[in-house]
Amino acid sequence: MSVTHPKIRLRDVKKSFGDKIVLDGVSFDVAAGESLVIIGGSGTGKSVTLKSILGLITPDSGDVEVDGKDALSMSAKERDAMMQKFGMLFQGGALFDSMKVWENVAFGLIQGKRIHRDEARVIALEKIRRVGLAPQVGDLYPAELSGGMQKRVGLARAIATEPEIIFFDEPTTGLDPIMADVINDLIKECVKELGATALSITHDMSSARKIADHVAMIYEGKIIWNGPVKSLYDSGNSYVEQFIHGRADGPITKHAGFKA
Amino acid sequence: MAKTPTQNAAKEPIISKKNCLMMMSACGILSISQAVGHSILSFFQSIGALASFVGTAVRHIFTPPFYPKLILKQFVDIGYYSLPVVGMTALFTGMVLALQSYTGFTRFNAEGAIAGVVALSMTRELAPVLAGLMVAGRVGASIAAVIGTMRVTEQIDALVTLSVNPFKYLIAPRIIAGTIMLPILVLIGDIIGIYGGYIVSIYDLGFASGSYIQQTWDILEQMDVISGLVKAAVFGFIVTMMGCYHGYNSGRGAQGVGTATTYAVVSASILILISNFILTQVFFS
Repeated sequence: MSVTHPKIRLRDVKKSFGDKIVLDGVSFDVAAGESLVIIGGSGTGKSVTLKSILGLITPDSGDVEVDGKDALSMSAKERDAMMQKFGMLFQGGALFDSMKVWENVAFGLIQGKRIHRDEARVIALEKIRRVGLAPQVGDLYPAELSGGMQKRVGLARAIATEPEIIFFDEPTTGLDPIMADVINDLIKECVKELGATALSITHDMSSARKIADHVAMIYEGKIIWNGPVKSLYDSGNSYVEQFIHGRADGPITKHAGFKA
Repeated sequence: MAKTPTQNAAKEPIISKKNCLMMMSACGILSISQAVGHSILSFFQSIGALASFVGTAVRHIFTPPFYPKLILKQFVDIGYYSLPVVGMTALFTGMVLALQSYTGFTRFNAEGAIAGVVALSMTRELAPVLAGLMVAGRVGASIAAVIGTMRVTEQIDALVTLSVNPFKYLIAPRIIAGTIMLPILVLIGDIIGIYGGYIVSIYDLGFASGSYIQQTWDILEQMDVISGLVKAAVFGFIVTMMGCYHGYNSGRGAQGVGTATTYAVVSASILILISNFILTQVFFS
């Protein structure tokens, strides 16, 4: 049935800001139920790619399809319906600081799905428990939480509406290695439980190895390598090699004119 | 020694210097016209961006879903909490007005006009304009800072991913509240301001209470108050719109939010003064 369409499809997506070309023809597919991780250095267009799919940024050219529907020429109503399928964990958490933790988690249920407040609170507390936090945390404000706890709450908010597609923007950035691994495990479990399609961007290789089925590497606004995670370490691509081993010396730095 | 300059004149250096000067002046003209063209273009670009923002915001004010709770919260934030600022401003302006017109008018034996001057200046001009400027400082700045911080920390993007339109959720309630609350604030300011003039006139300048009140009622017409309230509604719209616009388009980081806040207050204040002139023309000419 849905086998004919990939869940997400990008074709030759281009975007520049002023003179700066950020996306220079990005193309990839994410199959339903698959977890794709896009890796790449800072400023290579990872975030812009995610935001183009969500419609937060409008690409200059190219196609973005979600479930086979053109996401760029949708009416406002279709777009609203499409957004219901998405959940997103933001890099900095992006929790609403004027609301309590449980209200943050319940936000998509109350505002997006029009579920009654009391019922939404029950679901929110269940999701808070799911990400390993005590229910009492629900009555705190985001500013009172540590970075790791904020990430957990962000994850709880992203999965609260049980979305079909979840985006993870640098899920482990700013966390200590142990907390990063805990978050990776949570992501893996939650995505599996929901049967969701996941698209993540990261430059943390241990995170990529853990949560990815497929890995794509973006470099200078293009996908230069795309393949299953198990073949990541024998990709035969010198750019990928340099990136995944974190070497200062290699084609990426040579091209940028850095002194190694 | 004397040969050298003439020799040089025939040779390259001076010619190239001449050329260079000509080129430089050409470059200068070019770069000036380029700069002028660039700034004119970017000026119209920002006018266009603002116009489209205002259009989108107004459209979302009148289309559901509405958020009555959020509108109510903004009524309190923008209206109720601005009351002390606007009240103080109006009180002391009314008092100063009475004092100043007294020192001026005694020279022409026209002390009887003080009540009228206070009432007309307050209702037509000073209450709306000063309240507008004070609210621009208090509310416009805070709107820009809140929405700008939400932009910078991706909270606005998060709203979108949670199927909530930021124009409806963040912007519409603030603009509705600003446009409705400022006239109410100004009406209260009118009363307090006139009362300030009354206090000074009766207790300091020794006027008779009854005749002062009578003079105030005699001179004041409905149109004086109404025009002030219409101005206030426009100013409330301007202040909240500028706060939302600059916050929504805030640049990155603390610097971006700071700049957004400054622009919100400065642009709102200037637009208030300009639109005040235009509205006064419309009402009283």
